[in-house]
Amino acid sequence: MLDQTDPTTTGYAPLTSAAAVTSGLSSVGYISTAQISMAVYLAHHLRKPVLIEGPAGVGKTDLALSVARYLTLPAIRLQCYEGLDEGKALYEWKYGKQLLYTQLLKDRLGDMIGEANTLETGFERLNAFQDVFFSENFIEPRPLLKALQQDRGSVLLIDEIDKADEAFEAFLLEVLSDYQVTIPEIGTISARVPPIVFLTSNNVRDLGDALKRRCLHLYIDFPEAAREQAILAARVPGIEAHLLSQIVQFVQALRQEDIRKSPSISETVDWARALLLMNAQALAPDLVRETLNVLLKYESDIQSVEGRISKLLRGRDQALNSPR
Amino acid sequence: MRLETLSAYIRALRAHEVRVSTSEAIDAAQAINLIGFKDKDILRDTLGLVLAKSPDEKDIHDQLFDLFFKATPVRREETSPRNEAPTDLASEDQMADTDLQTLSESGDEAAMALAIEQAARQVKPEDIRFSTQLSVYTQKIYREMGGEGLQKRLISALQDTNPQSAGEAAALMRARADIMGRIRGFLDQKYEIFGKAASEQFRQDYLAEKALTEVTRQDMARMKVLIDKLAKKLAAKHARRKRQRKTGQLDIRKTLRQNAGYEGLPFNLAWKQTRRERPSIVAICDVSGSVAQYVRFLLLLLYALHESIPKLSAFAFSGRLQEVSDIFKEMDFDLAMDRILKTIGMSSTDYGAALMDLKTLYWSKIDRHSSVIILGDGRSNYGPAQLDILRELQARAKRVIWLCPEPEALWGTGDSLIKRYQPYCSQLAQVSNLKDLERAIDETLGAYA
Repeated sequence: MLDQTDPTTTGYAPLTSAAAVTSGLSSVGYISTAQISMAVYLAHHLRKPVLIEGPAGVGKTDLALSVARYLTLPAIRLQCYEGLDEGKALYEWKYGKQLLYTQLLKDRLGDMIGEANTLETGFERLNAFQDVFFSENFIEPRPLLKALQQDRGSVLLIDEIDKADEAFEAFLLEVLSDYQVTIPEIGTISARVPPIVFLTSNNVRDLGDALKRRCLHLYIDFPEAAREQAILAARVPGIEAHLLSQIVQFVQALRQEDIRKSPSISETVDWARALLLMNAQALAPDLVRETLNVLLKYESDIQSVEGRISKLLRGRDQALNSPR
Repeated sequence: MRLETLSAYIRALRAHEVRVSTSEAIDAAQAINLIGFKDKDILRDTLGLVLAKSPDEKDIHDQLFDLFFKATPVRREETSPRNEAPTDLASEDQMADTDLQTLSESGDEAAMALAIEQAARQVKPEDIRFSTQLSVYTQKIYREMGGEGLQKRLISALQDTNPQSAGEAAALMRARADIMGRIRGFLDQKYEIFGKAASEQFRQDYLAEKALTEVTRQDMARMKVLIDKLAKKLAAKHARRKRQRKTGQLDIRKTLRQNAGYEGLPFNLAWKQTRRERPSIVAICDVSGSVAQYVRFLLLLLYALHESIPKLSAFAFSGRLQEVSDIFKEMDFDLAMDRILKTIGMSSTDYGAALMDLKTLYWSKIDRHSSVIILGDGRSNYGPAQLDILRELQARAKRVIWLCPEPEALWGTGDSLIKRYQPYCSQLAQVSNLKDLERAIDETLGAYA
């Protein structure tokens, strides 16, 4: 029952295995791990949202966007923030348009009711009016509703869910468990094709158990050296292999240091791009010192690392040269 | 196997405080249906995705998974010749003792593991909660495996003076030690998987209800873990309530004013906003000898909560009142506490003087948002009570909460002023253990909903 995903109902080719997901993602430039691919695979087959946690800048958002590109589905993004409510997330009545139309029709209102002989018929006519104003014409779909309305399915990214309020989280449960929403004036709208849903969290606050229960939980950590090299090679084409491995090793060493914010993948990519732009051939202490502010975002971090740059670089060389 | 093993694994996870709900168990079963059981790495990833829902839980899962699937041997019931004719139980029992010796001497690890596993099914080693139970369970499994027969033969061999039986006795002893050792190893693993976390949990529960004066130095490390846990729970609970109050209603006055330009047609809507009240706590602690231990834990809990209490100030007194918030900022908690006890806790207790000091020196620290927590037994060495100041304090602050370590029966006896102070407190409660403290702070924070 579960894996009977027929292309005609999903609108995209079914995911046959986790390995297929890995290769599919790498074809759009996302270097996956077994775990990440398994999460995508299970999300598709079990019809469950994936909750992604991990440090900032490890590619949580990028995973969702890459899956969309890989399956050529529309990516619909809902950025969460404190105070986000249904009106901004699900749908809103086009209040201005409704008001404008009533104003335009106000003058005609007398005519229309005037034709009616009795109070009842006049009332009925007005009643019909009201239904017109609360129809799909006046609905402004927000990301959640939009994701349900896509014909071929979609990838719904609910970014930084931890920044939204608890009340919103509770509301989200309904949407995520049945993939349908109820609009009181119109009725229930269910998804034509259930979207693949990703939620990301930076752990600003602990998420509710109810939400976690309904999701698959994927924790993405800083990548290992090999994977980071592959990511850089994919993201910064034209970079020399020697420089690439030097960059990765320096960054990996930096993450072992006791600093406020460890450099993330996106910062490593930026740094590699900057070095490529400067036509660097190899990492030298001076070069690193000049460009350190691309990697580290706190003055105190830069200061604490600055004195030890050559040591960090040397440590790497020693590690390379020392016999196993 | 499949479902049985999965549910045993889920029980093990739960024993390690990973909360796995029934619906997640169903998800796990469906996921396994999809991916199969063949590849251990895939299985580990999958169960991690479905069952473990935080980085901590992932760590527990990774460790437990390896431990669990190392300890649970692949069942070989179909291939094992031993089980081909399990019909005649009686004859099997008779066989058992010679079997045990040959089993031990044959060195067939898998057969031995299987035999232990089978015997263990009756004994249920999953129920072990304390390491002290391990030897009892070892005996139980040994007996279940038919150890008694071996025992009898050993005794008769020992009683026999014949040199041949001395050799036999030695062989039997070796076999017994070998089997016992293996059972113990098996049980150690089971205990690691199922029992250890549960027994830690039990100790924490016990500690939470232990009278605070009886908490010893040895308990302190565990107590601190427990307090951090409580603080986390309280913080999460009250963060939630704070957020719920934020939804607004239509602010009609503001809407009319904003839309005056549109002939009063309400194009732009304005919403009412509730202003959040942030908790502010003033803790006034009697640090004389009798109460000092309670103060330590109250402050430990309050400082563990500092993120949810933006304004927290602490005062200590025995004779005179002094603000001690800065001391806690400057140094490690235990050092700070020791210093406070040494410098402030030495004079004789005088509640009246402390209240006077509060009024003359620190009155500005208290406003209508403050909850004042007074921790003390109210024994003032027959000094003046200064009831007026407490009454003024109650009028000035949001709430006055008095926590008294003495049991209610002793209130008002001897030099205790607590009964006289009682009418001017929003709340007066006895605290004897950590649970009481938790409840008191829970209620205090609850007032800021």
